[in-house]
Amino acid sequence: MTDAPVTDALIRVSSLAKRYVVGEQLVTALRGVSLEIQSGDFVAVMGPSGSGKSTFMNLVGCLDSPSEGSYFLAGDEVSKMTGDTLASIRNRRIGFVFQQFNLLARTSALDNVELPLLYAGVLPKDRHERARRRLAEVGLADRMDHHPSQLSGGQQQRVAIARALVNDPLLILADEPTGALDSRTSLEVMALLQKLNRDGMTVVLVTHEHDIAAFARRNIHFRDGRVVRDLQIEACDAAQALREFDATAPQENVGENH
Amino acid sequence: MDLLATLRIALRALRVNKLRSMLTMLGIIIGVGAVITMISVGGGAQARVEEQIKALGSNLMIIIPGSVTAGGARIGTGGAQTLTEDDAAAIAREIPEVQVAAPALRGGEQIIAGAANWSVTIQGVTPDYFVAREWNIATGRGFEPQDVARSAKVAIIGQSTANQLFNDGDPIDQQVRIRNVPFTIIGVLESKGQSMGGVDQDDVVMVPITTARNKIFGSPQGRQRRVGQISVKTYEGMDMKEAELKIAELLRQRHRRQPGQEDDFSIRNLTEILQAREESSKVLTLLLAAVASVSLLVGGIGIMNIMLVSVTERTREIGLRMAVGARRQDILKQFLVEAVTLSLLGGLLGILLGLGGSVAIGELAGWRTELQPESVLLSVGFAAAIGMFFGFYPARKASRLLPIEALRYE
Repeated sequence: MTDAPVTDALIRVSSLAKRYVVGEQLVTALRGVSLEIQSGDFVAVMGPSGSGKSTFMNLVGCLDSPSEGSYFLAGDEVSKMTGDTLASIRNRRIGFVFQQFNLLARTSALDNVELPLLYAGVLPKDRHERARRRLAEVGLADRMDHHPSQLSGGQQQRVAIARALVNDPLLILADEPTGALDSRTSLEVMALLQKLNRDGMTVVLVTHEHDIAAFARRNIHFRDGRVVRDLQIEACDAAQALREFDATAPQENVGENH
Repeated sequence: MDLLATLRIALRALRVNKLRSMLTMLGIIIGVGAVITMISVGGGAQARVEEQIKALGSNLMIIIPGSVTAGGARIGTGGAQTLTEDDAAAIAREIPEVQVAAPALRGGEQIIAGAANWSVTIQGVTPDYFVAREWNIATGRGFEPQDVARSAKVAIIGQSTANQLFNDGDPIDQQVRIRNVPFTIIGVLESKGQSMGGVDQDDVVMVPITTARNKIFGSPQGRQRRVGQISVKTYEGMDMKEAELKIAELLRQRHRRQPGQEDDFSIRNLTEILQAREESSKVLTLLLAAVASVSLLVGGIGIMNIMLVSVTERTREIGLRMAVGARRQDILKQFLVEAVTLSLLGGLLGILLGLGGSVAIGELAGWRTELQPESVLLSVGFAAAIGMFFGFYPARKASRLLPIEALRYE
């Protein structure tokens, strides 16, 4: 995918630091992180809780601003941005996938997927059209009018992925996307993310599970607010793993609902 | 984000908690309903007074004989006959503000028309009387000066009297007898409704003042040209207080009252009395509306309360919306529109309640109510403003949430 050397990285952070005040204590969550992520990469960010990986994700996702250091996203220095400008970056450049799906209850899959377009000011006709296309892409063409409560966990996460994709972002940020799913559904979701990555989408994934990180091509390990290891690995094929899973445990592939 | 989409989100959020939305709206519904009902009750009272003013005729003063002390005995107001037709003529002649001064005699008599008979107020009047009272003839004709000059045996009757004597028949040219004197009915008056005291003003028979004196009442007062009252109408735009003072002075002179002696007549400026009453009914309306709008205010606080709960409950939703690109103003708008939708829907339902309420009060209490269109607009506008005002704080609170904290909120 990225054979040609990319001069400008999609994500470039240098000396990124974040401190919080919790009660009366100053907590340092991130102590100077510098790294680059190239466009088209598939990165798993790993580490135990408290390692700073979530803080890093929040900063990369423009949900939070760093205390120190700089962050360039596609050449723009977002670490200097605030409020509405950041909202616009989140809207147009980043697609979020969360552990708990975070779909709006009592709202159809289609309306959920349309949400980012609503805030982007896309006209209703275009909104429906684009949301439909994305839902079809994740294999939910026949579930568009279903509410989240009528969908399985895997289907809900696919709706969330369609929502992340709908405004054509530069990257997808997935925060423990398989954390609430069973093994088989996890493989399905990973296979979908791998497929998107093969089609050119940059994916950054936070996980603490090694077998999920194995589907990425680069693993970045955090500990105590620092990067302790940064490895390029040979990614496993999630679609292949799914087939093997079904072969070894055929009786389990019935219940998709975790 | 466009307003239509925002409205759809708001309606969906309100539908999710139907019972809660209804209960929240109830405050506004009751508030708007109460304001509309109270204003229509007040409006009804006001309209009644206004009609009385209109029926009375504008710029009208009535002079009646006052109390006099005769041989140590005081005779009450109106009891003595101190006013004369000449007083009326003098007032009309000498006071420049006065348009007409119409003397009148009145008394109760039995009137007979064929087999029907009816006890009625007889008024002896001149053509000026109808000018002073702004009282028009509905059918037939009015009195001419020669009717008065010749003591013609003609009568003009009020609507109620006409109904009593002739039902639906045409009274014109019919014969009636009063004290065995035959009269020809030449006209029927327009309806005036009830007087301030609740007396039916349409139950009346008018005859020329000379005829009344000579043929009906026939008392010594007749020979002295005494009259029961004088109706004075001033020209439009004249200072009635000034005219009243001049009339009083003239009458004191004519009646030879010494300084220090009290008046033997009394002048009533009825228009003024009614206007004062109209003022007080306006104040009453305002007071009722003010009390009712307190419940609107309480309803507004209810909306604020529920919106605050809603913002807390939906913190994660707010976080998600922010994560996918909602700006602060989008979140602010969303919750503000939700609050205004609540209060406006409540306002619309409140209109229905108000309509029902004013009809019900009209029916049950027998009060006259008059729906004021501007009160409907006003209270709904007020309701929307309340939604805006009380919805702002919760909406601002929502928009100030930090996306990362909102997303993590449990």
